[in-house]
Amino acid sequence: MDRIPILRMGDLLLVTIQVDMHDRLAMTLQDDLTERIVSDGAKGVLIDISALDLVDSFIGRMISNTAAMARVLDARTVVVGMQPAVAITLVELGLTLHGVKTALNVEKGMALLGKNIF
Amino acid sequence: MTNQDYATRISQLIQDHQADIGAQWVAQLEALTVRSSVVSREQLRSHCQQFLAALSNAARAGELQNIEHRSWDEVRDLLSEISSARAKSGSTPSETATFVFSLKQPLFAQMSKGFAGDAEGLANASWTINTLLDKLGLFTIETFQRTRDQIIVRQQQELLELSTPVVKLWDGILALPLIGTLDSARTQVVMENILQKIVDTGAAIAIIDITGVPTVDTLVAQHLMKTIAAARLMGADCIISGIRPQIAQTIVHLGVNLEDVTTKASLADAFVVALERTGTAIVKHGAKA
Amino acid sequence: MSAAQNTADMFETDLLERHRGLRTGRTTLPLRSDEDVVNLRKQVRERAVAIALSLVDQTKLVTAASELARNTIKYGGGGGVHLDALADGIRQGIGLIFVDNGPGIPDIELALRDGYTTGGGLGLGLSGSKRLCDEFAIDTRPGEGTAVSVVKWKR
Repeated sequence: MDRIPILRMGDLLLVTIQVDMHDRLAMTLQDDLTERIVSDGAKGVLIDISALDLVDSFIGRMISNTAAMARVLDARTVVVGMQPAVAITLVELGLTLHGVKTALNVEKGMALLGKNIF
Repeated sequence: MTNQDYATRISQLIQDHQADIGAQWVAQLEALTVRSSVVSREQLRSHCQQFLAALSNAARAGELQNIEHRSWDEVRDLLSEISSARAKSGSTPSETATFVFSLKQPLFAQMSKGFAGDAEGLANASWTINTLLDKLGLFTIETFQRTRDQIIVRQQQELLELSTPVVKLWDGILALPLIGTLDSARTQVVMENILQKIVDTGAAIAIIDITGVPTVDTLVAQHLMKTIAAARLMGADCIISGIRPQIAQTIVHLGVNLEDVTTKASLADAFVVALERTGTAIVKHGAKA
Repeated sequence: MSAAQNTADMFETDLLERHRGLRTGRTTLPLRSDEDVVNLRKQVRERAVAIALSLVDQTKLVTAASELARNTIKYGGGGGVHLDALADGIRQGIGLIFVDNGPGIPDIELALRDGYTTGGGLGLGLSGSKRLCDEFAIDTRPGEGTAVSVVKWKR
């Protein structure tokens, strides 16, 4: 089973999701991220979904859960690059991604993680 | 005579008498065309010569019934070119088809001489050429239509673009004035455009100004709300400005919940708010520190 | 594939015959594993692109398909899905019918309420899919199974 690679940049973890994830893969990512936050002592997690043309309720929940777990572990999460069509669909679906900070791109996401506004 | 024989003979005929046929044809066209200024004389002559040469080549291959055959590729391409050019410059479909049809007379005249003494041969050849030119004439009309359709689609696109102008007010602040009546279908498209522009420009705040929108109904209001929610999901925020008293009333009547959306009466006010949010302040010269 | 075919056929319902007169083609796919869901998403996306649905409409349809496919596997114990190409005059559309022989849904109204979930999910699958598509219909028989039909038309 493939794993989605997690890159480390200083005290940040960077994940770029580029494949159509099946549910198991999404769960594995959630587990991997949580583990790495602890093992790497990360303070921030940046999830880049600019290549995702689909976010359904399962993936949405994975993202929310990851952000929640990160917070418990004293790390902040930012999701970046959501495509307009995906955003419109999520709104229609009723998915709010409450408690997840978002930014338009990686640059802004990093800036957000740098500021202490969480 | 076999079909191939006819084809070869016709082809040879055209080739041998190209100048004559061409001259007569051009004369016909100039007599028939009402707006001869649309296509210059030189251009007309050039088109006619090219067509005759291509016709002769294609006919030689022998497929006189089927203009879709690849031996007719050159002719079809040429006709498409001529047809498109005329469509763009304002000719009518009839004028364009006439280009082909008016070749009949000069061609028949030539074939009468070429098939002299062979009544049956002349009849067959005439009929063949007749149906061939009919098909080619119809082909030009179809191409003409298609070009017109493409122009219409492009104009529709442009109209849509015009209805969502984007103004960069400041770093990270966009103004998107909505203009005209918004029906449900158009609103959806406009909203998608707004979101795309936010992504393209990397704006932090988009000010949607509805001064130019006469009425807002439930569907439009809902779409506005959804757009703002989507923008927030993406990591940007929206401010609505230009809400006129009547629209304010409508929104309240409809029970639309604007609680967590910032709304301002004027674009100027919205701009100030946007500046504050992005950490910028405007200072007047000479103001005391 | 035959197992899934049986499942889909065994469940007799008007829903399977919906839009019968408008159907120009039907493909049936199994829904038993995670990979089946990913495959379905890909196929629906391809069809949507083929009839030139706008990007937003494509995304909505594929998302709805993903939600309903997951429901079929998680709550229905697995089943199948019919992908139908529809044509109503010159209007083209895509119809999806999700079928399972699971326990059925005892209270549809409750199930269609946003947030209601029996499986720890977000409870948006059914209600959300309804919002994302142009047409939505559900036929469920407790103890026998469930069929959910959605349609997206090219505007």
